[in-house]
Amino acid sequence: MFRTALRNVLAHKARLLMTVLAVLLGVAFVSGTLVFTNTISDAFQKSSAKGFDHVDVAIRPEYRESEGDRLAEQPKLTRELLEKAAGVPGAASAVGVVDGFTALAGKDGGPAVDGFQSRGGNYWGEEDPRYPLARGRAPKGAGEVAIDAETAKRTGYGIGDTVRLSVDGPVLEPTVTGIFTTDDGNVAAGGSLTLFDTATAQKLFHKEGAYDEIDVRAASGTSQSALRASLDEVVPEDVGSTVTGRQLADEQAEAIASSMEGMRTGLLVFAGIALFVGTFIIANTFTMLVAQRTKELALMRAVGASRRQVTRSVLVEALVVGAVAAVAGLAAGIGIGAGMRSLMGSFAATLPDGPLVVTPGTVVAALAVGVLVTVLAVWLPGRRAAKIPPVAAMSSVHAAATTRSLVLRNTLGALLSAAGTAVVLYATTLDGTSGQAPMGLGAVLLVIGVFVLTPLLSRPLVAAAAPVLRVFGVAGGLARRNSVRNPRRTAATASALMIGLTLITGMTVLAGSLQRSIDKMATAALKADYVVSMANYNTLSPEVAEKLGETEGVTAVSPLRNAPARIDGATEYLTGVDGAAIGELTDLAVEDGAFEVGGARVVVDDATAEDHGWRAGSRFTVAYEDGAKQRLTVAGVYEGNEMIRGIMLDTAVLAPHQSDPSDMQVMVKTAGGASAAAEDRLEKALGNNPGILVQDKKDVSEGIAQMFTLMLNMLYGLLAMAVIVAVLGVVNTLAMSVFERSQEIGMLRAIGLDRRGVKRMVRLESLVISLFGGVLGVGLGVFFGWAAGQLVGGGMATYELVLPWGRMAVFLLLAAVVGVLAALWPARRAARLDMLAAIKAE
Amino acid sequence: MTTTPTAVRTTAVAARATDLSKTYGTGETRVVALDRVSVDFRQAEFTAIMGPSGSGKSTLMHCVAGLDTFSSGSVRIGDTELGALKDKHLTRLRRDKIGFIFQAFNLLPTLTALENITLPMDIAGRKPDRQWLDTVIDMVGLSGRLSHRPSQLSGGQQQRVAVARALASRPDIVFGDEPTGNLDSRSGAEVLGFLRNSVRELGQTVVMVTHDPVAAAYADRVVFLADGRIVDELRDPTADAVLDRMKRFDAKGRTS
Repeated sequence: MFRTALRNVLAHKARLLMTVLAVLLGVAFVSGTLVFTNTISDAFQKSSAKGFDHVDVAIRPEYRESEGDRLAEQPKLTRELLEKAAGVPGAASAVGVVDGFTALAGKDGGPAVDGFQSRGGNYWGEEDPRYPLARGRAPKGAGEVAIDAETAKRTGYGIGDTVRLSVDGPVLEPTVTGIFTTDDGNVAAGGSLTLFDTATAQKLFHKEGAYDEIDVRAASGTSQSALRASLDEVVPEDVGSTVTGRQLADEQAEAIASSMEGMRTGLLVFAGIALFVGTFIIANTFTMLVAQRTKELALMRAVGASRRQVTRSVLVEALVVGAVAAVAGLAAGIGIGAGMRSLMGSFAATLPDGPLVVTPGTVVAALAVGVLVTVLAVWLPGRRAAKIPPVAAMSSVHAAATTRSLVLRNTLGALLSAAGTAVVLYATTLDGTSGQAPMGLGAVLLVIGVFVLTPLLSRPLVAAAAPVLRVFGVAGGLARRNSVRNPRRTAATASALMIGLTLITGMTVLAGSLQRSIDKMATAALKADYVVSMANYNTLSPEVAEKLGETEGVTAVSPLRNAPARIDGATEYLTGVDGAAIGELTDLAVEDGAFEVGGARVVVDDATAEDHGWRAGSRFTVAYEDGAKQRLTVAGVYEGNEMIRGIMLDTAVLAPHQSDPSDMQVMVKTAGGASAAAEDRLEKALGNNPGILVQDKKDVSEGIAQMFTLMLNMLYGLLAMAVIVAVLGVVNTLAMSVFERSQEIGMLRAIGLDRRGVKRMVRLESLVISLFGGVLGVGLGVFFGWAAGQLVGGGMATYELVLPWGRMAVFLLLAAVVGVLAALWPARRAARLDMLAAIKAE
Repeated sequence: MTTTPTAVRTTAVAARATDLSKTYGTGETRVVALDRVSVDFRQAEFTAIMGPSGSGKSTLMHCVAGLDTFSSGSVRIGDTELGALKDKHLTRLRRDKIGFIFQAFNLLPTLTALENITLPMDIAGRKPDRQWLDTVIDMVGLSGRLSHRPSQLSGGQQQRVAVARALASRPDIVFGDEPTGNLDSRSGAEVLGFLRNSVRELGQTVVMVTHDPVAAAYADRVVFLADGRIVDELRDPTADAVLDRMKRFDAKGRTS
């Protein structure tokens, strides 16, 4: 039996090729993901473990909860504690760590690296064990810095050069005195690290007299745990906690592993989709092979093979195909893993070096996935093969594909679809988190339901295309009839494409709608011409708002200043604004009272008002961070959004109670509105600051759009695999159809259909099948996009459904292109068919 | 041997093969399928081509009908020389000038009987001549079954659809490749009757390859082929006369 199966595989090499390719792609995706994430994870872990070489025990500050109407004062790791720690028995030395954001400008004046990757910190004393100096000496005082060697190389800065940088607004121009090397993960990933002397760093990062962490080294002969034990005695429990270097490394490794886990799961989901699509093709191929071999299989039954033996022979065939594809897929996957790393290394992020990691787990997973998917997909065709009666061997009539009734199938499909739709609709009435599970369940039910229904749907949808096909004359008419000739096969082929397009369309609809709503949120309520913020959305020094206010042509300025406070025994964040200017800078809808900020009169967003049961005229007591209390009156309730919300009060009222005020952003209105000249003036006023973003509404919109475009492009890239697998399916179905209909095609050629006509007939059939899948996919995608939008966007006031008609047209066009491409080879084969051999063949 | 000089007949020639040869392979494996065959098929005449298996009868028909290429010689359909035509023109010629009836019915299962009948004209983008179409359909007795699909028709009925398809576009000549080979004798007789009627009543030219002497007896003339050559010809044949001749060739073939 095994030999028969093997012979069959070899005999149908060409026809199994597409199946092998489909499985291969899926397995390559899975193993590529595993190899890539393992390799990256391994490299990151090795490089970060090195980063903890100089720490034996770290002291980290405790977080204190606020109680009553008083904000808790957070504990500080002070110099005193550091000295105490350095003095414990077994301690060799201690280093105070300070870090924060520091934007460094390149020689061209622009930021040297992306905002989120530019870090700053402190250089400890004369010789910091963390940062061995390659050249120069340690920075001293406010006018000196040290930079990492990678950044020095990239920017071209050397010892003695003056660099421009900014921490929270004001531009500083220190001199580079040292260049150091580091194992810092951020630097390894392409970021920059700028170091000040410790006092300067504490001042710049608003951490005066405090460290973020104290790293203690053990004297030789003292173990990490012994040192930790002795440190625990000097570090008060409510100030800090201790952790050994090994624990830190483990924590880090775990963090990396878990962040990689997320990425891996994400990628595997897409690999799963590609494999799922692949199963349709595998099942389709084997169904066709079994149908073509009816006589042969019946003969086997007639000469005494049992049903089980027939099924087994088909399954063994699948096993061989799956194994071959899985091995090839694993090889391709290892290649993809290596390729992805160098691809990511060549742009975007720099990744730490490390060997390619292929674990036994990867190998086993890849092989198991390939073989299991294939064998499972072939289960049904295999069972069908066993049902062929032995007498079929004797019948002279070429047994056509089964024409079993679709009634049962349609009923089942209708029930599943209805249930799926109902569950999805129900999920849209729930809120974000609780609706996710029913939404997912409903979506899966509906997709399966539609798949089961596709044979039924194919008739009316293909009939709808008839007027267009008629233009192509007899080839069009024949293509239309051929495409509904075997509804099951057409359905399976179209469904493969449908799944990819459903996801692509759904994502596009959802992303487009969210983008519009976030864009609206960010800009609709904004009357300001410019929004000024730090490049990494860190806080700004109040100096920035002051400078902007003094700039020529500026008519109104207000910061959005964040300040924690206690109200009714809970921590609330107050938003400090310039009460006189805020009315000109925002256009928030007022639900109750008046939009009036000044003195003790404040405005509150609708959500906060509802939480506290406030209305215009309500009064409440606030306890500021310095402990002072004040009675405030709600002047009005406004409609809040994701950007502007909370309790707004005048900065003049807030300022006396804040020790270290900082602004989230500054809104600016200029005479004559946004213009290149105005933007230029603002940037100049801020000293052409490398760390600050001056954005007009368009920039804000574009920033949001860019984020969504990036995300969508990644999704498109990942879903492209599912579409490619679907194309293989269309090629396969067409090739099989051409093969089965060679006699007909020969007859058509004999009675006068020319080669072009034959080609056109095959191509149009392919187009019909692909567009059928495309229409279903886009339709389902819109529905899911709408439903997911209801769920996600339900909480957003500005959410509205945006149907990307242009994109949807592109997707249908894509389906058409898939159809045309998939038909290239089968159509050529059909046109080249030997007419006489086809006619004579019986 | 009665090799009647064809030039004597005054009726026009629908198709003519002159010195037609077809060989496969080269050197020692060279097989001669047709060896300098010259034959005329006159208009409004029903010709049967007979011969034992491997005699080249099917090859002759395929070459004359523009389905197959030949090695040397000439084939003319009406005034058109086939040897010079590329596939595209040959296809058009088959579509416009020639009708085909195959042994294995060869209908499209997705089309109705009527759609199958008008298929060659649909391919050409021509409107069928309604009156002629009705005449043909009446003759083959399919009026009641035009909307049936091939799977709903019997073998005989299917072949009648094929006959109607071959005749419907008023081709210059109709070729049949064992048109009764897959039919029981009653259905076969019906189909042959239609073919003869189309010649007698409608003036159609029909050429049919067969190995059945009874079928050949429906023809006006039988051409005998053996080893790629025309070896004999019989006018107004009867089944017995055809069988007699066949036996003679067999005997000759065995003794030589």
